[in-house]
Amino acid sequence: MASKGPVEGPSIGFDFSNYARNQYLGQTMGGLPKATSTGTTIVGMKFGGGDSGEEEGIVLGADTRATAGSIVADKNCEKIHYLTPNMRCCGAGTAADTEFVTNLISSNLELHALSQGKPARVVTAMTMLKQYLFRYQGHVGAYLVLGGVDSTGAHLFAVQAHGSTDKLPYMTLGSGSLAAMAMFESSFKQNMKREEAIALVARAIRAGVFNDLGSGSNVDVAVITKAGTEMLRNYEMPNERGVKSRNYKFRRGTTAWTKEDVRNLLVSEEVAVTAGAGKLQDTTEASQGMEVDA
Amino acid sequence: MNQLHSFQAVPSTRNAFDAYSTLPEPPRPQSTHAPRAHTQQPIVTGTSVLGIKYEGGVMLAADNLASYGSLARFKDIQRLHPLGDNTCLAVAGDMSDFQYMTKLLDATLRADRSVSLTDTHPPFSPQNIYTYLSNLYYARRSKVNPLWNAILVGGWDKEKKESFLAYVDLLGTTYSAPTLATGIGAHIAQPLLREAYEAKAGVDGKGPLLTGQEAEELLDTCMKVLFYRDARSLNKYQIATISNDGVKISDSKSSETEWGFAEGLRGYGPQTQ
Amino acid sequence: MALFAPPPMYADPTMAADKQHAFNPYSENGGSILAIAGADFTVIAGDTRQSEGYSIQTRYARKVWQLTDRCVIATNGFAADGNNFVKRIKQRLEWYEHAHQKQMSIKAIARLTQTMLYGNRFFPYFAYVILGGIDEDGTGAVYSFDPIGSYEREACRAAGAAQSLIQPFLDNQIYFRNQTPAPGAEPFVPGRLPLSTVLGLVIDSFTSATEREIAVGDGLELYVVMKKGRTTDDLVGSDNLIKNMQVQELGALGEGGSERTFLVSLPLKRD
Repeated sequence: MASKGPVEGPSIGFDFSNYARNQYLGQTMGGLPKATSTGTTIVGMKFGGGDSGEEEGIVLGADTRATAGSIVADKNCEKIHYLTPNMRCCGAGTAADTEFVTNLISSNLELHALSQGKPARVVTAMTMLKQYLFRYQGHVGAYLVLGGVDSTGAHLFAVQAHGSTDKLPYMTLGSGSLAAMAMFESSFKQNMKREEAIALVARAIRAGVFNDLGSGSNVDVAVITKAGTEMLRNYEMPNERGVKSRNYKFRRGTTAWTKEDVRNLLVSEEVAVTAGAGKLQDTTEASQGMEVDA
Repeated sequence: MNQLHSFQAVPSTRNAFDAYSTLPEPPRPQSTHAPRAHTQQPIVTGTSVLGIKYEGGVMLAADNLASYGSLARFKDIQRLHPLGDNTCLAVAGDMSDFQYMTKLLDATLRADRSVSLTDTHPPFSPQNIYTYLSNLYYARRSKVNPLWNAILVGGWDKEKKESFLAYVDLLGTTYSAPTLATGIGAHIAQPLLREAYEAKAGVDGKGPLLTGQEAEELLDTCMKVLFYRDARSLNKYQIATISNDGVKISDSKSSETEWGFAEGLRGYGPQTQ
Repeated sequence: MALFAPPPMYADPTMAADKQHAFNPYSENGGSILAIAGADFTVIAGDTRQSEGYSIQTRYARKVWQLTDRCVIATNGFAADGNNFVKRIKQRLEWYEHAHQKQMSIKAIARLTQTMLYGNRFFPYFAYVILGGIDEDGTGAVYSFDPIGSYEREACRAAGAAQSLIQPFLDNQIYFRNQTPAPGAEPFVPGRLPLSTVLGLVIDSFTSATEREIAVGDGLELYVVMKKGRTTDDLVGSDNLIKNMQVQELGALGEGGSERTFLVSLPLKRD
């Protein structure tokens, strides 16, 4: 095996060797390209259990606006990511990072379940996420609300990009987290019923949507119980676009051109049968079938 | 200048005393020939203040804390200041600038009152006081020597028989809305205030306003939530009610808080006990 | 429109990071403004959202102000500077009226605006200004300014947070850029569109900007200044009203009987 110099980095994972160069280019060219970041409201809460008469579960919520600076990049993106049939993960921060990290951990959880012969637990997902994120020291900008139900009950975690985690009965993340948290701090109760929990989560997301400029458009909700996940995509749509007052159809020929060149892109080819069984067949029919009009 | 120089000895001893650098840094002179160090920073500060219009007027809320950096330094400070019979200020930010500004305004009102003994001009309306404050704060920011505050002006206009609520800050930025909050309150309390206001008045604000009782309960809720989440807040606050009857400033009160959920929490990850 | 380079004091974020509390006398309050001149009218519009960072300060703050019977001003950028600039210019117009017993023409207001902005060359009003109205010939006029007073008369101008979204649209629809007339048809002439078309373009500009620019929304205020004696049927006629649209005529500031100004309001999305 070829020996590695002491200063050489690991051969797997991200390559940071261009970091200094990129910083320099950023300085000289007036800024690095901007990643799509999800100015976001994402929330999660536990419900059921205790004397509520309902089984324990998790409700997750997210808005659907993705931004690049102050421009809306996507008006209806999905921020509740799939991990396993009984686990979902809301992502805030850099859109690409939340997408890839949840995808990767989802695959690893599936492999884990296959090798162990039983579904992975929520703490396993949480541990895999935090260890992965810690390794990249916050450069993978994924801020996550992880929720799920496993053999040990319903669990809710927040995972920060630097790798720290929190375990709480309700949590909010993203630029709209303060607006959403205000709703939880004033209305959350232990052991709420499923419908109450969905209503509170939707209200928290709405608080983000209408008060935080980084959040907007629709409300997505996911309800996770022992039975599985109910994904309520676009549970509320309080921001539908009105009709435009004018029609912007252009007359054919509006766009000017400097030269015209019409070319025939069809390839025609005549095939004449010269020998073999085909010779005996009806030649007129065969030649008709082969002919292609130019 | 001399006073600024005397601060220079401080940084060397600071680190042992203030290991986490939570205290405001003393101003340092830019150069020995600098004409005057205008640019300052807040030292003793009050956190956010709230305001809402209700059916009979306006209510303002502010807690009783004046912080020194992260130190809860003074815990019995009133940050609601009545001006005349039908205007009240709620002030966040630097407390010395607050005291300077109220001294200025009180003097102006006092001078006006003495003139009004031999005159019949109407008293200052809330709008008059607000315009004065806006001009003062914009003029100071334009000298790059700001008064470091964010202020809510609440009032009842006796001529127009309508309520008044508006905001002005250290930049001279001004705006008005039926519910207002400064600082972190704009992030945490304003969503609650807007939600409750719009639930009755509608998004166009044409419906009925909250009653006095509803408005006070709403402010109680907001002050509680702020106490939960604003690390520079105190669970001791006052509410000013400004109506046709004048300005009433409540005694200090506290919210009932709930910490029971903490019992069930274990660790931050896989821990169960 | 000349480029305005903000002073390095607030342009360089690394410097701000060093000094924890260095006072920055400027802020940016979002929103967008827009004006389009017609043959015998001008439309000047602005949204009513005022924001700072990711927070909405208020859903209703005015950015457009009537100055005279034939001139309306819109400002965008730092709201405190904008409001105080409008206050100052109103003061100067009042003095002018007292001195000359008439209202100032839009052409003169434009030159006054330039001198007032350039007067603050080294501590600028951080405000993008657009003037709209009717000139001395009775034609629609739009003047646009950069924060230090460079200005130009144009047929249309968008400024503010959604400038980069709206201006290309206006270039296409008002100046007919990248549009070829039908064979044998009259060539396109900018500045001759009917009011109903211009209203539709302005409203669509703002509803579209609201969709894609987070700092734009909440409400739209649109001022229409009409030439003396012009019909108002194409504005106040019942079949011209869009849903939720309100129209009101603003009373004359001068002696009356000259140009007329209307205020059209429309709600925008609030997210």
